Amino acid sequence: MVAVNDHGVCIHCGGCVGVCPADAITLEENRIVVDESKCIDCGACVKMCPVGAMRI
Amino acid sequence: MTDYDAIVVGAGPSGCMTAKVCAENGLSVLLLEKVAEIGTPKRCAEGLSLNGFEKAGLKPDKKWCAQAINGAVLWSPSGKSVVMERPDTWGYVLERKIFGKHLARDAIKAGADCMVRATVTDLIKEDGKPAGVKADFLGDEVEFSSKLVIGADGTESKVGRMAGIKTTNVLNDYISGFQYEMAGIEGLDESKIHLWFGNGVAPKGYMWVFPKGDGVANVGVGILSTENAKVGARSYLERFIAGHPEFFKNASPIEVNAGGIPVSGYMKDAFVGDNVMLVGDAAQQVNPIHGGGMSTGLYAGRICGRVAAEAIASGDLSKRKLLEYEDEWRRTDGARMDTMLKLRHFLEGLSDKDLEYFADVMKGHELEDIQKGKTRFMVKLLVRKPKLLLYARKYFTG
Repeated sequence: MVAVNDHGVCIHCGGCVGVCPADAITLEENRIVVDESKCIDCGACVKMCPVGAMRI
Repeated sequence: MTDYDAIVVGAGPSGCMTAKVCAENGLSVLLLEKVAEIGTPKRCAEGLSLNGFEKAGLKPDKKWCAQAINGAVLWSPSGKSVVMERPDTWGYVLERKIFGKHLARDAIKAGADCMVRATVTDLIKEDGKPAGVKADFLGDEVEFSSKLVIGADGTESKVGRMAGIKTTNVLNDYISGFQYEMAGIEGLDESKIHLWFGNGVAPKGYMWVFPKGDGVANVGVGILSTENAKVGARSYLERFIAGHPEFFKNASPIEVNAGGIPVSGYMKDAFVGDNVMLVGDAAQQVNPIHGGGMSTGLYAGRICGRVAAEAIASGDLSKRKLLEYEDEWRRTDGARMDTMLKLRHFLEGLSDKDLEYFADVMKGHELEDIQKGKTRFMVKLLVRKPKLLLYARKYFTG
């Protein structure tokens, strides 16, 4: 149960990175990467995502 | 010997301005940008007020000014419009990508070095304090030492996090934004920016159209992330576009943008530390009422760069010294942000019915008159809706 990014929907805005309290998300060139070992399953990224590209 | 006096991480407007001012004041400075092209992708509605230009020490240039703006139109949920035309609504909608490059050019002309596609991966630390950066530059691992590291790296501020400054945004002080740049728009006055309010349109936020001329405009929505959790920003925008064929019947997107916008006013805890400073979105220096970050970030960049130079000259890069930047910003723009934050909370609490009342009462008034407690406005409100006045007082007194 960790945050997952749907690469087809994501437009790489990085908004999720700014609300992740666990520093588990990074925005790389054209890719959002979730560090599963850091993710605390809080859902902040899911709630924030303007395009609905994140899910738990 | 360090490689540089200062390294600025992030070449957005705040970072470029900071690097420029550092260089103008004699510092050796390196500006690092993660993406391949400065200014792109834009995460921005591209508006900058004349006041913003002045505070940034910049002059409008036709190379990157798409459309002159001489006012704002505020639309109520039922479609009533209030036109504001006073000079502080004047400004330009920019070609942000070209503007971004122009700012970087200014920094380089002033003497800064700049690298693109250079992603900072870690801070070099000495005695636990930042002393440079490690970066991935086009696939190669590179290292630069510096006396000072300045994080201008946006909402996700990696520099802040790596330096131990808590930069995480919380959902109820964070806007989820979604925007199309569209072509083929008809029937809107292109000399004004247009803002729509209402809980069905954009709960705890607003919808905007920032014209760029020739039927092109940024059409976007920003809603509080707690609302985005219920219905996504994108859905609101699609619904809005579909609901206004009079403007968008023949319009199509030519670009899509999104992002998270900090609207806390600014970070409540320190945004400097030993050998490190944060500026712009990284320090949440964004106007909480409209979510605009260019004006505040450019202004903060000027202070940040100047204090950085003073600190280097004095040989004192302690948090205590660098707080001079933070204090000056909090006293000036920060104080303004406090007022804007109150106004934001006030507006967020309004029902659609309240907004209609405001549209009626506001005719002939300017928005900021409310917060200054202009008597005529308050009296009108008292007569028509005493409960709302009590509510307003809660936010605007003390």
